[in-house]
Amino acid sequence: MAYSDKVVDHYNNPRNVGSLDKSDQTVGTGIVGAPECGDVMKLQIKVDDGGLIEDAKFKTFGCGSAIASSSLATEWLKGKTVDEAEEIKNTQIVEELNLPPVKIHCSVLAEDAIKTALNDFREKNGMPVVERKGHH
Amino acid sequence: MSLKFPIYMDYQATTPMDPRVLEEMNPYFDDKFGNAASRNHSFGWEAEKAVDDAREKLAAVINADPREIIFTSGATESDNMALKGVAEMYKKKGNHIVTSAIEHKAIIDSAKRLETWGFDVTYIEPPEDGITTAEMVEDALRDDTILVSIMAANNEVGVLNPIAEIGALCRGRGILFHTDATQGYGKIPIDVDEMNIDLLSASAHKVYGPKGVGIIYVRRRRPRVRLSAIIDGGGHERGMRSGTLNVSGIVGFGKAAELCMEEMEEENIRLTNLRDKFKATMFESLEEVYVNGHETKRLSGNLNLSFPYVEGESLIMGLSDVAVSSGSACTSASLEPSYVLKSMGRGDELAHSSIRYGFGRFTTEEEIDYVAEKTTDIVNRLREMSPLYEMVKEGVDLSKVEWQSH
Repeated sequence: MAYSDKVVDHYNNPRNVGSLDKSDQTVGTGIVGAPECGDVMKLQIKVDDGGLIEDAKFKTFGCGSAIASSSLATEWLKGKTVDEAEEIKNTQIVEELNLPPVKIHCSVLAEDAIKTALNDFREKNGMPVVERKGHH
Repeated sequence: MSLKFPIYMDYQATTPMDPRVLEEMNPYFDDKFGNAASRNHSFGWEAEKAVDDAREKLAAVINADPREIIFTSGATESDNMALKGVAEMYKKKGNHIVTSAIEHKAIIDSAKRLETWGFDVTYIEPPEDGITTAEMVEDALRDDTILVSIMAANNEVGVLNPIAEIGALCRGRGILFHTDATQGYGKIPIDVDEMNIDLLSASAHKVYGPKGVGIIYVRRRRPRVRLSAIIDGGGHERGMRSGTLNVSGIVGFGKAAELCMEEMEEENIRLTNLRDKFKATMFESLEEVYVNGHETKRLSGNLNLSFPYVEGESLIMGLSDVAVSSGSACTSASLEPSYVLKSMGRGDELAHSSIRYGFGRFTTEEEIDYVAEKTTDIVNRLREMSPLYEMVKEGVDLSKVEWQSH
């Protein structure tokens, strides 16, 4: 399978690999996927006093497209408010990375990871969580 | 010696042609173009002679009579012939066929077809070492079993099955025994008489010959095996496989077989040394690596490894200048990881983390060293990026985690 240049770039130079302290109240963590399915994503955000996402980190077990999707997600999260981040859609990731149909599930997983991390942050800080539609 | 990229390490998928094979074939694309079935002129006689010579060389590899070699388009066709041809011919004798769950798809899918025709098929599930033993076969046999089909060497994990023992068992019970020897023919010693093999499939392109040509060995005496033809036509190949013979391909397969016979022993020693060096380097430089399939009962040119916490396709992406194959789902159109590794009880997780390294006649020590070092670098880099590796380092038992699968 041929990868798009953008996927290759994120794979070779992943942005924001790493971990944040998950017990920190300003940090939201989302871990989605399962090892037997071949992909697990961990995505974390750190929110500053003004409600802006000041930092985002990821770790991913998965194919190149899964790594690229989560790497891109961390780039897009930084500087957004929690509510703005909620608007990130998997279709935007597909478009940006030129993912082929068999790799769309990687973008879905990335969107899932974002939303799970956002809700984790909300829950920790007594904010109402955003109801999610059923899983895929 | 300088390395030439990309490095080919997928010898179980196919092999490059040996230049000596190509040289032998060339005249048959040119002025020796005759049809081996033309009986009335020298063009035909010349082609027939070339085919007969090749048939002799191909038979010698497995100690068969040349008349027992039937030419096909490849091992997939040979496997189809063995299963469907025997089932059709012997259906009055019985209704049951035994094979294993980790055979090549040419066997599995032919067996599935037979099920739709009303046959019963037992698929033996070998344990973690990947080996199908004679005891497992014996347990699966029934009074109405007409055929056992067990591969000589597995294409994914390279393990060797005890073909002689299975052959002896089947002969004792009067059941026909077919072996798909696509990965074993010309690479490991096979003797159809000593091993009581009744039918055998092989392919040219796995032994440095051309693509599109294969053989099926069909025993002529004690017992005489009969097959219903799948392809009808001019009655070529004793009526078992009609169609004008691929003379140039057959000449190439014959030459390739001859070279395998001459060089088998030496080549196996060289490849075993290379493989063991490769394996030792990996085990020294990485903290967790598993060999898939039996450690020693395997093809000299195969090493199937799992690198926990790293997904196979991402590893292959990092090995961009090396041609290897992965049991992970993402590389194939299906979303299921390797049915071979799954069936061996490896678990989906390790199946997703597996890479098949295939070595062969043109693999050099420099290539082995390069690929071992590169694999180590990438596995380490990807583990640093892996949430699973991080969790394990924190002391989390991954099997106890409630995953949010999608």
